[in-house]
Amino acid sequence: MYKRVVITGMGIISPVGKNVAENWKNITEGNSGIETLSILDPAQFTSKIAGEVKRFDPLDRLDRKLVKRSDRYTQFALIAAKEAYISSGLEGIVHPERLGVLIGSGIGGINTIEENYQIAMTKGSDRIKPYFIPMMISNMAAGVVGIEVNAKGPNLSTVTACASSGHAIALATDLITLGKADAILTGGSEAPLTVMGIGGFCALKALSTRNDDPQTASRPFDRDRDGFVIAEGGAVIVLEEYEHALSRGANIIVEITGSGMTCDAFHITAPAEDGEGSFRSMKIAMDEAEITPEQVDYINAHGTSTLLNDRNETAAIRTLLGDSADSVMVSSTKSMTGHLLGAAGAAEAIFTALALKEGIVPPTATLQNPGEGCDLDYVPQKARKQYIRNALSNSLGFGGHNVTIALRKYTGK
Amino acid sequence: MSIEDTVKEIIIDQLGCEALDVVPEADITNDLQADSLDRYELIMGFEDRFDLKIDDEEASKLTTVGKIIDYLKSKNLD
Repeated sequence: MYKRVVITGMGIISPVGKNVAENWKNITEGNSGIETLSILDPAQFTSKIAGEVKRFDPLDRLDRKLVKRSDRYTQFALIAAKEAYISSGLEGIVHPERLGVLIGSGIGGINTIEENYQIAMTKGSDRIKPYFIPMMISNMAAGVVGIEVNAKGPNLSTVTACASSGHAIALATDLITLGKADAILTGGSEAPLTVMGIGGFCALKALSTRNDDPQTASRPFDRDRDGFVIAEGGAVIVLEEYEHALSRGANIIVEITGSGMTCDAFHITAPAEDGEGSFRSMKIAMDEAEITPEQVDYINAHGTSTLLNDRNETAAIRTLLGDSADSVMVSSTKSMTGHLLGAAGAAEAIFTALALKEGIVPPTATLQNPGEGCDLDYVPQKARKQYIRNALSNSLGFGGHNVTIALRKYTGK
Repeated sequence: MSIEDTVKEIIIDQLGCEALDVVPEADITNDLQADSLDRYELIMGFEDRFDLKIDDEEASKLTTVGKIIDYLKSKNLD
């Protein structure tokens, strides 16, 4: 028999805050975390703005040796995982062998790669640090979180670009559903604000160059959008088997009722015509959650602020919901956070969970004039107080990877 | 800075240990909690700072803070 899965803990560090409470306050107030790039010289890039984790000192939250031996992306994952695990109250209760970790990253330790490449080119390849490989590999966030919380169950990571942490959550849900773990810390992290990270996305012409107005640069679904804003951070949730959570009197935040995973099989970066792939991932998630189009109240869109994404995702939602598309609320919290790449899906799952729990739908904060082909209720500018029962959260990645998570408000049964 | 102080500084920086624990008789592995990767990195740190090469056989003998200091002193560094 399949088991039910609930969220019982959450943690996040992002451009709009260093914990869940700070994030949620800014997300519901419509506050942007985008500013002129400060950790690198912005002059070298066409896109000079980013969603940075501001005034980030890993030593505030992690011990010195750990900080020295971990890439920035692993530090974000650790900080988010600790907040999530502590808030779940599972420590000392869950059996370590029944606790898993599934944390994705689109890139992994690119800071570490660049530092060591510099060393190799200037001093020789025999000067590469012994810690280079273990710090750089994209599964190490999951590995280190496993060590820190003594999680001895399933431990792995997903790498599907901007869908990485959406896939992590979907797969972690399935593992619990199948009885392979009682609880899993799952999510994603990304630290792409490096010369190659930003420079690479600039070369793709994917980033906004609205350098004179950082706060409104990420404009999902807006007529005047000109690309996404690159951002960094980590987000982790604790998924727990329902009966396990119930028996210990856990604080159940929301239920995960389904997921859908598809591939466009179309192009390495461009989405399929009319969002065919994301339509199918949403449809599969809805079917698994056993909900009809009328029952979908809110969709947290992938909504990157690129022409192709916004149009195709809108088309996919229209195909999915038919007439009900006119009454569904759709918003992109990337309007405030920027695009956290491999951490985006988990950050947005947290915002979607809180929208269900608190009855507040986050806005597409920067939306002024909807673009052509963008004709849904995108909850422009201001958050909306609204009781909602079912929501979907989309993550779409280069490679044609699509994943949708279905979440349901928890009402005590 | 003396060789002693430089060695201590590198050890403290790389292992994240307390200055008080970095005494001549301290064993790098058992007392200062360095794993094998930490030890490779320490050796590289000494090589870079003192501009010399320490081969693997010599490195394997440098098990305590005192032995490292004595070894570096024997190299007649400036």
